[in-house]
Amino acid sequence: MINVKVDMSQCQHYGQCVLEAPSVFELNAKDRLEYVAQVADDEREAIEDAIDICPMQAISMVQ
Amino acid sequence: MATPPVIIVGASLGGLRTAESLRRFGYEGPITVIGDEPHLPYQRPPLSKAALNDAEGSLENLAFAHRPAISDVTWITGTRVVSADLDASTVTDHQGEIREFSALVVATGVRPRRLHVPGGATVGRYALRTIDDARALRDVLTPGTRVVIAGAGFIGCEVAATAIGLGCDVHVVGTTSVPMQAALGHDLGAAMQARHEDHGVAFSMGTRITAALGHPYLTHVDRADGRTLACDVLVEAVGSSPNVEWISSNDVDATRGLRTDSAMRVVRGDGSPHPHVFAVGDVASYPHPHHGIGAASVEHWNIPTETAKRAASVIAPMLADDPSHLDVAATPFTPLPSFWTDQYDTHLLAYGMTRIADRSTLLAGDLAGECLVGYYRDSRLVGVCGIGMTGQMLTYRKELMAQPLAAGTAA
Ligand SMILES: Cc1cc2nc3c(=O)[nH]c(=O)nc-3n(C[C@H](O)[C@H](O)[C@H](O)COP(=O)(O)OP(=O)(O)OC[C@H]3O[C@@H](n4cnc5c(N)ncnc54)[C@H](O)[C@@H]3O)c2cc1C
Ligand code: SF4
Repeated sequence: MINVKVDMSQCQHYGQCVLEAPSVFELNAKDRLEYVAQVADDEREAIEDAIDICPMQAISMVQ
Repeated sequence: MATPPVIIVGASLGGLRTAESLRRFGYEGPITVIGDEPHLPYQRPPLSKAALNDAEGSLENLAFAHRPAISDVTWITGTRVVSADLDASTVTDHQGEIREFSALVVATGVRPRRLHVPGGATVGRYALRTIDDARALRDVLTPGTRVVIAGAGFIGCEVAATAIGLGCDVHVVGTTSVPMQAALGHDLGAAMQARHEDHGVAFSMGTRITAALGHPYLTHVDRADGRTLACDVLVEAVGSSPNVEWISSNDVDATRGLRTDSAMRVVRGDGSPHPHVFAVGDVASYPHPHHGIGAASVEHWNIPTETAKRAASVIAPMLADDPSHLDVAATPFTPLPSFWTDQYDTHLLAYGMTRIADRSTLLAGDLAGECLVGYYRDSRLVGVCGIGMTGQMLTYRKELMAQPLAAGTAA
């Protein structure tokens, strides 16, 4: 399993991560970010892409 | 004899993402990254925003995290590459050391253009690209300091917002009629100017700085419209020049950035690619087939990452003698640029090529608050900017993503 963490004090809810890993990240009806904190290993590349693209560098991952 | 490494010149976002992507695409051989800054790759966007504001520490916390996959990459920092010989497959650094490469990736980015004006002032003039630039500027942005910013683009406006927050007296001088006009268009640019004015920033638009006076300490600047502004600090945010001099004596096209084909291979004067030489990030001028604008570089956050992945997807199979790299190179490459800017509590996000638009329209909301603006070229949507309204932005982004393919099939 991979643990995903978003530093919500940094996150600006731009939703870039949602585009890279839609099964992990989601913007709710109020345009706020929600995400799944524990995901399967095969999501690794999608999460790396989300980490790369996040303008605030707010996402991190530990396995 | 050991195989020579892939050499990446430029140790920043584009260089880092290239190294990571080479591993992801299965290349297991040696990688050497050579960069002239003393630092490992770090984030530049905070340099004009939060990190410039923060007297404590945050400049020290900008380094990118390093993935385990690139733990065996050789980083050579503080080392400037001064020339390349693309026929001999070598680069030479400032100490005269010559290194051979199996593939070369140019990730040398751009540097701030400086004002070439008379007047004698040499102390008090700043530009902003590196951590060291930010540190120097931060030290002088103290309450009451009179700051003139030459250039009303993103970096100029971000520094203006930060400096006013630090208690400086701030005056922006720009050549366009409203700030950030090239990227945001007239209406949104004007609305952003109003937000700045509400915070106390003064603007002189449609003019330029013609002299920076002082001996050697800056005391005032002259403007083309005949006015003079007293100031202590001049920030020069007037655009950028690509770092290409070290490679430009080869058969390359370095007239506007380093021109590449859609596989990010650096092309010769006749347009044919150098098979082993690639460029990524701000320095790369790559084709935009669906916009009919020729090759252009795009200095936005996601482009170093997108172009690095693209280059690595070709390099990895190429170095494994896998002919499929030619098929990869032939697939279309049409990344959607995205950029953002933070000024005060306004977070503006954009997708697409707003700069090539001939018209912009308010799609939703209100320019003084949350809004969504669409950008059109020949009545085709080419970009969208939003303040807030993220959910709706994503809908337009999908439309933009779908477009290049539609244009491609129609052609
Ligand atoms: C102050 C500032 C704020 C920004 N804010 C935003 C923002 O809010 N949103 C956004 O989308 N984008 C922003 N950007 C743009 C973004 O940071 C760039 O697009 C990105 O850094 C480009 O990465 P790069 O790796 O292509 O080039 P660079 O980051 O420029 O890296 C090139 C590296 O190569 C080195 N180098 C150059 N020549 C040589 C040589 N001959 N030998 C060895 N090394 C060499 C340089 O010193 C540098 O370290 C900002 C940029 C700046 C400067
Ligand atoms: S990309 Fe980053 S800033 Fe944007 S919503 Fe995701 S975590 Fe937040």
